[in-house]
Formats: sequence, structure tokens, C-alpha cells
Amino acid sequence: MIEAHELTKYYDDFRAVDAVSMDIPSGEVLALLGPNGAGKTTTVRMLTSILAPSSGWAKVAGYDVARQPEQVRAHVGVLTEQHGLYERMKAMEYLDFFGQLYHLPASERRQRTLNLMERFDLSFALDKRLGEYSKGMKQKLALVRAMLHSPPVLLLDEPTSAMDPQSAKQVRDAIVELQRDQRTFLITTHNLTEAQQLANRIAIIRHGRIIASGSFDELARRFTGVPLMELRVRGELNGLAGDIGDMVSVEEAGGNWLRYRVHDPETTNPQLIRKMTALGVDIITLAPLTQTLEEIYLQVVKEDEAAARQKGKDSEHLG
Amino acid sequence: MNTSAEPILPAYPLEPRAPSVWQTLSNALIITRREVRDSLRDWRIIAPIVILTFAFPALAQFVASQFAGFVEGFGAELIGDRMIPFLLMIVGFFPISISLVIALETFVGEKERRSLEPLLSTPLTNTELYIGKTLAAMLPPLVSSYGGMLVYLSSLVYGDLAWRPQPLLIAQIILLTTVQALVMITGAVVVSSQTTSTRAANLLASFIIIPMTLLIQGESAIMFLAPDAESPNGIGALWAIITGMCVVVVLLLRVGNSIFNREELLGRTIDSLNLRTAFRKLGRAVRAVDEQGSLARNLADWYRRGIRLSLRRLGLATPITAALFVGVLAAGSIFGMVSDWQLNLPRGLDLSGVAGNLDAYASMFFGGEVVSTIFWQNTRILMGATLLGMFTFGSLALVLTPAVYFILGYVVSQVMLAGYNPAFLAPAILTHGVVEIPVIVLATAAALRLGAVVTRPPKGSTVGFAWTVALGDTIKLWIGLILPGLLLAALIEAYVTPVVVAAVIGG
Repeated sequence: MIEAHELTKYYDDFRAVDAVSMDIPSGEVLALLGPNGAGKTTTVRMLTSILAPSSGWAKVAGYDVARQPEQVRAHVGVLTEQHGLYERMKAMEYLDFFGQLYHLPASERRQRTLNLMERFDLSFALDKRLGEYSKGMKQKLALVRAMLHSPPVLLLDEPTSAMDPQSAKQVRDAIVELQRDQRTFLITTHNLTEAQQLANRIAIIRHGRIIASGSFDELARRFTGVPLMELRVRGELNGLAGDIGDMVSVEEAGGNWLRYRVHDPETTNPQLIRKMTALGVDIITLAPLTQTLEEIYLQVVKEDEAAARQKGKDSEHLG
Repeated sequence: MNTSAEPILPAYPLEPRAPSVWQTLSNALIITRREVRDSLRDWRIIAPIVILTFAFPALAQFVASQFAGFVEGFGAELIGDRMIPFLLMIVGFFPISISLVIALETFVGEKERRSLEPLLSTPLTNTELYIGKTLAAMLPPLVSSYGGMLVYLSSLVYGDLAWRPQPLLIAQIILLTTVQALVMITGAVVVSSQTTSTRAANLLASFIIIPMTLLIQGESAIMFLAPDAESPNGIGALWAIITGMCVVVVLLLRVGNSIFNREELLGRTIDSLNLRTAFRKLGRAVRAVDEQGSLARNLADWYRRGIRLSLRRLGLATPITAALFVGVLAAGSIFGMVSDWQLNLPRGLDLSGVAGNLDAYASMFFGGEVVSTIFWQNTRILMGATLLGMFTFGSLALVLTPAVYFILGYVVSQVMLAGYNPAFLAPAILTHGVVEIPVIVLATAAALRLGAVVTRPPKGSTVGFAWTVALGDTIKLWIGLILPGLLLAALIEAYVTPVVVAAVIGG
């Protein structure tokens, strides 16, 4: 549904986005993570046909972003970084205006507005001027605006940033529901927990380049190694770590616990359990240690920084 | 969230409608309606509009009747009579000055409040957005302006003065008001697209307000002093101003439409002027030898590929300029045939005597430094044309330099009418003209392109970038061809042309 190949954007001499490629099939959520100024917003703007790529190409909902900008924008719902509402307008009037821009018939505009406002608990504020809305309400209304024309692709920049936990959950639930309905999402966010919850795939962008991408598990495996398992037993281990050393690589051990890495847990763990049972050890728990996206993200950025430093040193030597 | 069983959204969106003029206008009007409604909710816009529509015409009517009574006492009714249309124009102009405020507010204000991006994310085209916002900025002030003029005119026609205006004069004032509003708004679009804050836009708006104020002063003077002020056909000079302003509007509309695009509006984030970067880019444009901006390896490469690239980029500007020169030459000759404008030169002169005095004529015109004087004179004119072209979308470049050829055409026609064979002028012009004329055409074409490029930058290129490239090409052509060509032409004109002319005339 979203395809990009070597998408690049220059602002004068500054390369804001550097050969970004991605392929997000229908019904998937891609979380685009990265520090401020990494090129996330520029990427989204190119995918919305607001900015023309300097080179490379992208197709959104089957339309070329450079050659069919109107079609692209008709099929995309965008939640911009700044909600940018017209504060003197009322919600009904505001959504009606955007509905007209998408050529929705009057009755349809009204119906969709009422439905969406109800879904996001905003019905009570239909006749309020938008200037009177709270920050979170504005954010939700901006999201309603992005969904109003029922786009197959939604590009959401920090969708829950200004929201209270309850509103944020409403939005996340809506995203999950829409994903089931085969809508495609590209979400840029700094909320890594949210990204981990929602995204099928994650891409990390830095200095305009995608430095890592894949599913959470793939990234975890690639950047923080094979999963770390924790085994807890009744009583003391008493040199047990040495007995299983041929099966797994033990990383740490305490009085009644040990942590080990294993490449193939589905095969190795049952063998390990059988062996320990045979040795008369009572196992209390055996579980993978949870890795967070934050750990992975920080590791990816650290490795990229190290690579950049090394590259700098190499060029100094060559120079 | 309400968790009804209904899907959160219906089926996928409607397809965008097929583009057509009607569709463009219809989409633009959606924007216009919203903007106008929003403007009319702002008391800061409504209050002056109401005051200028109703209170100001009443004040003007009062002033007109007092003034008319006063000057009548001195037998100067004419001044009072001329004051009335002048005040009508002022009554119409004051409300349209608000259009500038609205235009700056709707473009830069929206950019500043970050409400532009959601709008840019809709399927609207740049043209639809541009038309919609331009109409929105124009409508309230124009309605107020027409309303004010109607109130004022009614009070004049039906009041004590019982004024009976010339219908065409009224039409002229209405047209002037309309085109002035258009110029201010189209100018405001250009200003607003190049700035990121209302403050910066307001400061830059002086580039619109000051010329417009000067224009109003000129129009006032014309209304008082024009010999045809009472003519049923309207004032000729005002028709000329209206026509000129229409041209400016068309040019500004083109500039506005080309720079009112998503790239320009969102790509620009800061207003600071970085001279070092600007000069560096210009330097690269001067040294570029291909479309990718590769730099020349050496002087020969620069001449061979770089100059050729700049010549190629002049595109249609060169044939347009050359055709204009020929046309102007012909127009000068035709103009010389009109009996009222003929010089009636003495007939049957023996030109062979002139040949002996060529050196004296040359020193009379050029002083002792013939070459430098000729060179500097031509350089100055072409530089002037380039500078004027830069600020007038290239149009004045096409006025200043061809004017010489108009005079030349006129002189040729006078010589022919006096019974001389104009062929004797050929050596005086063509000997150095072989070099000079192509150089002048080239310099004029470069000036035309430099000015006009902002009205239609190449696809995918910003106005700033396109202008930098055009300036780089112009500098390149000046250094590589124009200045050397002018020097060579001056040398030929100083040392070779007199010899050839003497040989031909003295023949």
C-alpha cells in the first residue's frame, strides 16, 4: 500500500532524507522512529505529495507521489505534527469544510462527522468553537479530520502525544480496529511503548537514513542478540551452571537463578528442562527476559553513532 | 470509546473528480467561503470595513460639499468639481487597503498558526488553493469598497451637490479600484510565500504599499490636471494606468501561481539571509557546466560547455528578443512615415564632406577616450536593462534596449524620405554592429530570462533556486561573451568603422 524506493529530499544542500526505502503492505502498521530532525516529517510530507522528492520514487495506494499528487492526497489521511485547527470554527463546521474538500455529499459528511465524534467521545463538543477545546480534544479532532474521508492509508505524526491515557487508548484501539479493516498506517512517534504495541514493523531513521527496520523480534534479535532466558529453581543451583554449559551459554548466575542465551529455545529448552528434572532440580520458572523497544532503539542508535565515528576516523586516516 | 459494532469507517474514499475549469472554481470557492466567513467573524476586520463603507463616504461627502462651497467663493469651481471624483477614488481605495491585511493574514497567518499543512494535505491543487485564497482576500474589501463608493455616489447624486458624473469616469474609478486590489493581493501572495511570519510579511508589505501610494498620488494629479478630465470617454491616462496595472496583475498572478505551491510554503522555515551560502551557490552556478551543476575543469571547459549551457538555457528569450528588435526597427520606420512626425531633412546634401570630419564628430561625442566611452556607454545601458528587468519580470529590459532600434528605424525612414540611399548608413552601423548587435540581443535576452524566470520557474525547481541559476547564467554570459564582445565592438567602432564609413561616403 505504501512503497518507497530510495526516496531522497534535499533542502538546498542539506540532505533531509537519504534514500529511504520501505514497503508497507495493506493492513500493516509501520512505526517510524527517530530523534527530532531525523527526517520523519519530511518523509511523511513526501508520501503525502506535499513535498516533491529530489530523487527516488514512492507509490501510495497505487498512486505515484510525484505524478499523481491529487490522487495520493485523496487516499491518504494525515495527522500533522501540529493539529492546525481553525480556532474560530465549530467542530461540525470544521469537519464539514474538510468533507467538502474530499467531495463527500452533505448527508455523508454529517453522518460521518457524528459517528466519528461519538467514537472519540467528542459529541458533547460538536457546537463548541475549536479554540475552546483542550489540547487532547484538538488532537482527537485532528484525527477525526484525517479519517473523515475514509482513507485506506493513514499517516499519523505523534497521534497520541497530547492525550491523557484514556484518550490515547481510544486512539490506539481505533488504530487496531482500522488495521483489521485492512487500513495501512505509518506512525511517527517518540512513544516507544506505543510503537511496540501497535506496529507490525519498526523503522529507525537517523540523519535522514533508515538505519534499521524489521519486526520487533527481528530487531531485538539483530541488535540485542539471541533471547535471554531466566531460569529460577527451588533451593540453590550448586554448580548446575557448569552441568548445562554444553547446552546453553550461561551469562549470569545467582543463588537460585541463572540467565542464559539460546539460539533455538523451542528445541533446547525442553531438553534443558528434562535434564534438570533428571538431576532432581525443581524448576519454579523459565521465561524469556522482556526486552523493550527502548533498549533496542538505544542500541541501534549507539551502533550507528559508533559506525559514524569509525567512518570519520577512517576518512581522517585516508586524508 | 464507543464500541458499537459498526465499522469505524465506511468503504474507501471517493475518487477525486476529473479536473475541469468548473471543478477548479468549485473547489476554490469552498476555500473562499470558509475564509470569508472566518474573516467576517473577526471584529478587527469587520470594524474598519463597516466604518469605511458607511462613515467614511459620509465624511467625504461632507468634505466635498464644504470644499465645493469654499472654492466657489473664489470662482474656482473647477477645483471643487475635480475634487469629487478624486474623493470617490479615495473612498474606494481605503477599504481595499484592508485586502492587503487579509491577504497577509490568510497566507502567512495560516502558515504561522500551522493550519496550512492540513489544508495542503487535501486533494486540492495549488491553483485551487491560490484562487480560493485570493478571492477570499479580495471579496470583503471589494464589497466594502463598492459599497462605500455607492454610498458616496448616492449622496452626491441625490444630495445638495446634485452631481452628474461621466459614466465612463465612474467605470474607470471602479476598474482602478479593482485592479489596485488585485495588485495588492497578488503582491501579498508573493510576499507571504517568501516569509514565515506575519511580522516579516508586514515589513515586506511596504514594497507594495509605497508604490501603490505613489500610484494613487499620480492618479490624483491626473484627475486634477488631465486636459480630458471632463471627456465622456474617460481620462486617457487613467485608461493607460488601468491597462498597465492589468499587465502587472497578470505577471503577479503568474508569479503567485508558480510560487504558491506546497514546496515553497512548507519548505521555507526561516527568514534569515545567509549571504555566504547565497554567494557560494551563485559561484557554483557561474562555474557550472551541466544541468547537474558540475564545475568547470578549466577556462576552456567553462567556455566550451558552461557558456553553451547558459546560451541553451536562454531558450525562447533569444528569438523573442531578436524578433522584438526587428519589429521595433520596423515600427520606428513606420512611425517615421507619419507626416506629423517627419523631420523633413534637407535634400541633396553632399555627404562626401562629412567623411573628412568623422574624427571631429567622434571626439565631439566621445571625448578623447573613444573606446572606453563607447564601451562604458553600452555596458551601462545593458546593465541598466538587466537591473530593470530583474525588478519588472523582464519587461523593462525589452523596453530600454530596443528603444535605440526604434530610433534607428526612424532615422532610416527620414533619410529615405529625404531622398538619400540609406545604404550609406550600413557601414556606420554594421561594421561594429556585426559584433555589437548580437551581444546586445544576448544581454537583453539574459535580462529578460532573469526577470521572467520567477514567473515560471522550471518544474521541480523553487523560485529561489531558479533565480540563482538564471543569475549565474547571466553573470557567466556577461563575463564570457557580453563584456568581451562590447570591448571588441568598441574597438571596431573607434578604429575600423570611421575608416569604412569614410571609404564608403568619400567613395
